[in-house]
Amino acid sequence: MTDTLPGAAIPNPLDEAAITAAVDQAVAAIAAAATLDELKAVRLAHTGEKSALSLANRGIGGLPKDQKAAAGKLMGASRGRVNKALADRTAELEAENDARILVEETVDVTAAPRRRRAGARHPLSTLQERVADIFVGMGWEIAEGPEVESEWFNFDALNFKPDHPAREMQDTFFVEPPEAHLLMRTHTSPVQVRSMLERELPIYVLCPGKVFRTDELDATHTPVFHQFEGLAIDRKLSMADLRGTLEHFARQMFGDEAQIRLRPNYFPFTEPSAELDIWHPGAKGGPGWIEWGGCGMVNPNVLRAAGIDPDIYSGFAFGMGIERTLMFRNEVGDMRDMIEGDVRFSEHFGMEI
Amino acid sequence: MRIPLSWLREFAQVPAGATAEDVMAELVKVGFEEEAVHRPTDSLQGPIVVGQVLSIVKEPQTNGKTINWCQVRVVPEGQQQTLTGDGIDPSGVQGIICGAHNFVEGDKVVVTLPGAVLPGDFRISARKTYGHLSAGMIASVRELGIGEDHDGILVLPRIGLDPEIGTDAMELLGLYDQAAEINITPDRGYAFSIRGVAREYAHATGTSFTDPASRVQAPAEPTGGYGVKLNDDAPIYGKPGCDRFVARTVRGVDATRPTPPWMSSRLRLAGIRSISLPVDISNYVMLELGQPNHCYDLDKLSGDIVVRRAVAAEKITTLDGKERTLDAEDLLITDASGAIGIAGVMGGAHTEVSDSTTNVLVEAAHFDEVSIGRSRRRHKLPSEASKRFERGVDWHVANVAAQRVVDLLVELAGGTADEAGTDVGTAPDAVTIALPAAFASDRIGIDFTQEQIVTSLEDLGAVVVKNDGGWTVTAPSWRNDLETKEDLSEEIARLVGYDKIPATLPVAPPGRGLTRVQQQRRRLVQSLAAAGLTEVMAYPFVAKADNDTFGVPTAGTARQALKLANPISEEHGYLRTSILPGLLEVAKRNHSRGFRDLALFEAGLVFLPGETPGTATIPPLGVKPSDEVLDALYDGVPDQPLHLAAVLTGHDSPAAAGHTPRPWDWADALDIARLAGDVLGVEIVVSQGRHQAFHPGRAAQLALRSGEVLGYAGELHPKLLAAHDMPARSVAVEFNADALFEAAADVIVARHISSYPVASQDVALVVAQEVPAEEVLAALREGAGGLLEDVALFDVYAGKGIEEGKKSLAFSLRFRADDRTLTAEEASEARAAAVAVAHERFGAVQR
Repeated sequence: MTDTLPGAAIPNPLDEAAITAAVDQAVAAIAAAATLDELKAVRLAHTGEKSALSLANRGIGGLPKDQKAAAGKLMGASRGRVNKALADRTAELEAENDARILVEETVDVTAAPRRRRAGARHPLSTLQERVADIFVGMGWEIAEGPEVESEWFNFDALNFKPDHPAREMQDTFFVEPPEAHLLMRTHTSPVQVRSMLERELPIYVLCPGKVFRTDELDATHTPVFHQFEGLAIDRKLSMADLRGTLEHFARQMFGDEAQIRLRPNYFPFTEPSAELDIWHPGAKGGPGWIEWGGCGMVNPNVLRAAGIDPDIYSGFAFGMGIERTLMFRNEVGDMRDMIEGDVRFSEHFGMEI
Repeated sequence: MRIPLSWLREFAQVPAGATAEDVMAELVKVGFEEEAVHRPTDSLQGPIVVGQVLSIVKEPQTNGKTINWCQVRVVPEGQQQTLTGDGIDPSGVQGIICGAHNFVEGDKVVVTLPGAVLPGDFRISARKTYGHLSAGMIASVRELGIGEDHDGILVLPRIGLDPEIGTDAMELLGLYDQAAEINITPDRGYAFSIRGVAREYAHATGTSFTDPASRVQAPAEPTGGYGVKLNDDAPIYGKPGCDRFVARTVRGVDATRPTPPWMSSRLRLAGIRSISLPVDISNYVMLELGQPNHCYDLDKLSGDIVVRRAVAAEKITTLDGKERTLDAEDLLITDASGAIGIAGVMGGAHTEVSDSTTNVLVEAAHFDEVSIGRSRRRHKLPSEASKRFERGVDWHVANVAAQRVVDLLVELAGGTADEAGTDVGTAPDAVTIALPAAFASDRIGIDFTQEQIVTSLEDLGAVVVKNDGGWTVTAPSWRNDLETKEDLSEEIARLVGYDKIPATLPVAPPGRGLTRVQQQRRRLVQSLAAAGLTEVMAYPFVAKADNDTFGVPTAGTARQALKLANPISEEHGYLRTSILPGLLEVAKRNHSRGFRDLALFEAGLVFLPGETPGTATIPPLGVKPSDEVLDALYDGVPDQPLHLAAVLTGHDSPAAAGHTPRPWDWADALDIARLAGDVLGVEIVVSQGRHQAFHPGRAAQLALRSGEVLGYAGELHPKLLAAHDMPARSVAVEFNADALFEAAADVIVARHISSYPVASQDVALVVAQEVPAEEVLAALREGAGGLLEDVALFDVYAGKGIEEGKKSLAFSLRFRADDRTLTAEEASEARAAAVAVAHERFGAVQR
């Protein structure tokens, strides 16, 4: 490539027509440049030292003095036009170039690898937390205790007479040696006793936790399961307060439409005692009442065991199974799914319940 | 307890069309639980009629058997067959093939006609067999689902029946009856009887009730009967083992007479097998009145009956044919020959009634609940009798029940009752309870009317007398569960209806929210899950070897652990001292189900017994123990800290396009502990560790700054992994989370943030191979002084250019001052001071 267009004569800096033609030619070439490289070539050809305009400009020096001003004005304006066209085109091409790079860098976001992922909580522990939160929201506190427990806390303090069949019906795991009177707690009620012994009155506590019964694992039984028990001890509490509390809780848990039902039952630690049913509109096999747990007014002997005067204080207690709640709330069909630790079970729930 | 509806109907107003389900629905209202429905017609359909065998032609078969080709009349002679259908002969005579041989021409039998359906969905139709068209079947008790008898077909005269031909055999055999099975709570012994349930049914429906006891005319104070002495020289809790013994004599009994179908069908529906007429009568009366009773063969008794405690090592052969060695606490029925029964649990074999029995001594006694319960448990002999005695039987019904047995033996077995009889013992004092007027209303939250209270209690059978502040209530003799005013308030609420209890929401005093530890635990578990680990929950039951391996760092040291007295499986008979064995099982299960990349964790209690767990005695119920006794109870409960453990195997993420997953390694196990430290704000100090469950060269001991050891992390021992069928290089961590929670600062004090520029310097130090990098780093930190902001290890190198047995550790040090821009000299000086300490401690030389 040469610095001048082939065959182009050196224009006279006073020849306005020739200069304009050269400028037009340059502007056209600039506009036609498709890439920054082409534009560079065009720039050299039309503004380089040997370009027609540069040579014409140089010719000003040889002109008579009185013509220099006119020629200078013409050449200045002309070269200004070319330079502006060059600058504009450069900006345009650079923008195009930037955009093209971004386009070229496009990836298929749907093919992205998963490098980090959240794990999962066990639904039993998430559900346990949700239950606890509802009660904490009501001003209750969460009480906990040991899983291996003294027989006294698990039975005697709860008014289980030593030879009563109710004691045997708890299917207790005993710890050796038997003389040590230790067992795996069969319910979280020993935590209620501990709470009554350790806390100031009035008491409003929820006791969630693991409990143990000598049941073989099958679709609806497991030797290790979870409960949450509530205990309220205050002046003048009645069974109506128990019902109100359970109703409030059921609605927090299952929505405003939730209904509960109490049926007479027997537990050594409550009198009166009741079975708690919850209305399950979405149950398999049609809507119906589902057994949810037990409850009642704390037996005065239980209060006495904790040194609380039953003539001044009364209380209510209730207990539900977390596994059972999970089974009907989240439609878990088989207890074994909660036990085996198959990652698919927990991961399906993720961090939620 | 199963309640045949026909039986219930005798004493309560059960509507004619009521089903077992209807009855259960009523009983649920008063506190029973639905258990099951027993209804023969659910699996049995007619036409099933009485037939008479007209003729039998014996036809030997090539297989050696002989079959009978029978003509059986199924409508009375001279009458037309009114049934129609395939295979039903209009003549009223059916041709039937029968393989049994225990009947003869003229016998009346049960014929299942074509169209009938028998249990097991066995449909009867006319079919060609042995060269005849057999149109129906001559049925056995087994085929009808009413017995186990294999000995051929049911011949009606042998069970005392001579019905008209064509009679509906289902009606005749009580097969249209049905039973409701309910669950009875252990406090309500009285409900283990038709008497008790009928009364409850009346409560539930508000209808009338006839007490079956009131229909029996028992002599008030019989005398001159069989000699009976009550000699309990070792009462339990001061209560005599037997406080009433009624004995009555019936002579000339024919024990071989069949039990009438109305009785056997009710027993069958109630779940009791028919044995013989005297035994069936005994059971029938027990079910009806709730009083267990016993029939002795009078002629096998010798001398007076004495009720006493056993002599140690005394023996008895019980009705089930087993010889049992007795305990000194067992209460016995004895005669001159020795023990003839374990009181209230099971009779002896020697004196039981048999087919040859003609004279019967009937016993109806009242025993102490606790004594019977202990004998039953001791001998593992749950019986219908012990079930009732343990829960409490009405003292006042014993003579009534004895009379009822006597009456039935006379009526059904042809016996004659002796005028004389025996009734010894002392009635317990009736229980009276003071019920303040407002008590029930306050406790239940219903404003009961006086009438509601009095009527409810009187309906139960209580005697209610008004006093100044309320009532004095005498509990009915059959309700040993009514002892306190709270018990009475439940009864009132139960009869008025729990559905009438309103709902009020009590307001708790201002709460303190979750405790610090509860919040810490949630944050820890939540953070690990958010970081990609999956929470699982394994059983805490492990093998001894698991505790010995995972529970102690040093091999050969047995772990002190708690053993279960009655584990589900002997193999897993111990309580865990480490979370890892259970977690490894879960990992293995997932692995075998095809999940190769796993990151599992569990937060759970471990059980660490001290030297002498438990307490030798436990205080009684209903009173607060003394502080010393309570302290002993608290102290006896073994330490149960919360541990957190994780097992990682495979890779950190699934393989994907453009992504190569990284295999989990020992450092990841450490990171989990460090992450736990991060989220709780506690520094975890890592040092080279030794634990038998871990790779000896790839295990870290985790500790607090105080030196308290928290746990271990690293690669699991290759041999252990192989033994657990787990992939090589699987890693794990376990630490005491409670100790970590406790170490967290109550308040974190802010640090000044300097805005002066940083001065960074690197240093490479050559040290002996075995020097831990962490300790060199600590030396640098110590030596560098207050200007050091941070120090990090960024390279470890050994090989060319480094002396054999040594390694080069490269650290980056970041210096910054609080109050000025550091000069290069100041930074270099600090670095030199840091290196000097490392040199002094480990002979570190700058590379």
